[in-house]
Amino acid sequence: MLVATVIIIIRMEKLMSAVLMTSFFSLIVSSIFMVLDAVDVAFTEAAVGAGVSTIFFLAAIAIVGRVSKPTQRKKQILPLAIVLCTGAVLMYATFDMPRFGSPDAPAQQHVVPRYLNESMAEVGPPNIVTSVLASYRGYDTLGEVGVVFTAFIGVFLLLGAGTRKSGIERTANPVAGVESMRQSIVLREVSDLVIAPVLIFALYVQWHGDFGPGGGFQAGVIFASGIILYALIYGIVPAQKLIPPRKLAYLPAVGLLLYAAVGVYGMLMGANFLDYDAVAHDPLHGQHYGILIIELGVGITVAAVMINIFFSFSERSL
Amino acid sequence: MIYQLPAIVLLLTLLAAPICSMIRNGDIAWKLAVIAAWLSVAASMALMHQVWGGNEISYHMGGWPPPWGIEVRIDELSALVLILVTLFGSLVITVLRESLRTAMRSHRHSLYYTTFLLCMASLIGITITGDAFNVFVFLEISSLSTYALIARGRDRRALTAAFRYLIMGTIGATFILIAIGFMYMVTGTLNMADLAVRLPEHADNRVVQASFAFFIVGIALKIAIFPLHYWLPNAYTYAPKATTAFLAATATKVSLYVMIRFIFDVYGVEFSFKQMHIDALLLPLSVAGIFIASLIAVFQSDVKRLLAWSSVAQLGYMSLGIAMVNVAGLTATVTHMFNHAMIKAGLFLCLAAMIYRLNSSHIKDLAGIGRSMPLTTGAFAVLGAGLVGIPLTAGFVSKWYLINAALENGWVILAVMLIISSLMAVAYIGKIIDVAYFKPAPAQHKDVKEVATSILIPCWIFALLTIYFGIDTRLTAGVAGRVAETLLGVGL
Repeated sequence: MLVATVIIIIRMEKLMSAVLMTSFFSLIVSSIFMVLDAVDVAFTEAAVGAGVSTIFFLAAIAIVGRVSKPTQRKKQILPLAIVLCTGAVLMYATFDMPRFGSPDAPAQQHVVPRYLNESMAEVGPPNIVTSVLASYRGYDTLGEVGVVFTAFIGVFLLLGAGTRKSGIERTANPVAGVESMRQSIVLREVSDLVIAPVLIFALYVQWHGDFGPGGGFQAGVIFASGIILYALIYGIVPAQKLIPPRKLAYLPAVGLLLYAAVGVYGMLMGANFLDYDAVAHDPLHGQHYGILIIELGVGITVAAVMINIFFSFSERSL
Repeated sequence: MIYQLPAIVLLLTLLAAPICSMIRNGDIAWKLAVIAAWLSVAASMALMHQVWGGNEISYHMGGWPPPWGIEVRIDELSALVLILVTLFGSLVITVLRESLRTAMRSHRHSLYYTTFLLCMASLIGITITGDAFNVFVFLEISSLSTYALIARGRDRRALTAAFRYLIMGTIGATFILIAIGFMYMVTGTLNMADLAVRLPEHADNRVVQASFAFFIVGIALKIAIFPLHYWLPNAYTYAPKATTAFLAATATKVSLYVMIRFIFDVYGVEFSFKQMHIDALLLPLSVAGIFIASLIAVFQSDVKRLLAWSSVAQLGYMSLGIAMVNVAGLTATVTHMFNHAMIKAGLFLCLAAMIYRLNSSHIKDLAGIGRSMPLTTGAFAVLGAGLVGIPLTAGFVSKWYLINAALENGWVILAVMLIISSLMAVAYIGKIIDVAYFKPAPAQHKDVKEVATSILIPCWIFALLTIYFGIDTRLTAGVAGRVAETLLGVGL
């Protein structure tokens, strides 16, 4: 299925359909993650890959046009050879790989036992993924938030959002060809029904990340898709009235700073950077508060970045 | 305070970046960025002071011991690269305000400083980390911010250059990620020191071998080792003026640092050279890179592009040092990494000052600039001498070690070839100097004046440092020698 989808995407000339196919691709990948029991990852892939990034692509198509220009097809031997070589190396490696899912695999034997056995006592959350992500490897996660923030700054630097006066009435819908969306009763009614639960679900995912799959990344994306859906149906102007772009532009930095502030607070209390033990009197409480706050920081940054990028794309396409 | 330094050196720039983005006033944002950058220089110096003589610092992020948590590990090599990134980055950011004034509208300046700080922070993060996956995380930040910085160039072609770099960089990063995944699959750890302990017993495992291959190709793309340098000339040519100086000094050098770290420390000398024979691959590619890129540089008429091609050639010297597999060679690599970063950043900065006045980097427009901008051109000439490798400049020191390394291996022909390649550098630098001093200025550039002092000072700091490190080599070759001995396991 995956391979077939990819081939279809490459052969396609209508960009719109190609984008929809990439969304489909992400959905399959996400179900594969699901089968592999990586629920958190599946969650993210579904929200980011199938959801928000598809919308970004659509917004980009609104700017560049819907059909790709026919390119000259030269027979390119070298790229093909490189791809085949890479594939061959990958195949070569598979012969010596530990058996899939084997409990004896080194990946399960070395660091994982401590995560599995001790994390409840050391960190607290029943969801071990959250413990690893937010505490044991919290520094990496700070870096990931940095990546998201950098993407946002890059888009702003290049597209220059916030340069137009937001007072100008804009009627067109950001995604070309779907101007009639607002007129469609079915779409409007359904989205009216859906948007509020989506936002509430986002909050649930945000605060429930300790116990079940979820956390700041997923919640941020889900929250953003709720707002983006609203903007798609009702137009960008009401959405920007709801969330003023000027204020929204500050939020990604706020989230990142919130995350880092927890770490710096730990340092001021005499512990290492991002050591939440020092955040409260009791180490376990400290871990708990620390993780809650950094997850909030992640959520704020991710949601704000997604909405910001969407706004700046759609301002372009108008 | 001292104990927290490994975190502080990163946090200064990493935290200044989001704060900068919230300040609308470009001038205040610039001041904040400059203060943060120079403080991080101080922190790097302090760290170097601590590890001087071969000590190591290990700092546990989140208080979790490795391999469960992420470790920050600083030795002399990382401290040297830290100084490289922070010092040269700070010198560039100091002139950035002057350079941006004409280049873009003022409300975007804060965002530009933010991106610049993010790039600096991520390079610091890569340098200090002791965790393989963490390298990848910061590599992503540095790549993204670099693409944005390049794409801001005034020329429309900057966008294509940035996009091309984006594609190549993403392939490189993906390869590195595959390599790290493979290593984790076999060893179950991501900590670099732990990997170094656990990898040798799996040396015959094909997964490890494949991971080595993926890693080398991925990082070579990032370093722009010939023939994977495809993205570099355009990226350097079309990036904004002063930014080129920063990128040329830091981005490729930090990638080279990562390569040294992994080849010598993580995979180990035994595996990399005895089993995988990486030297047999690097040696011919480096030599070919040096000659082909130098030759192309000689025939360039755009000075920015000329210097970019020269960078490809100089990177060849650095990878050549690795391929020698002896202490002198590795010393040359590490020394040249520092020296070339300094020299090339200085050259690009002087060139930026000239472009600032001339609005062109074509060699014809530089005619007579030696008389109209004597101080800038003077600094350029000193740095040019450093690039060629004239005695009493920093460039001489690294080439000296490289030629020694070749002779040590009994490769006399290679030593001769290195001298010939230096003559090629004389050709392309001499071409510029000749035009600048001995050709009459064209009519439209008759009234060109010297640039502001705030730009001249950093230019001359680079030039003077080039001379200083040509005489006092304790920080460069001294550290590099000790590092080389440790990495190669000699003298332990």
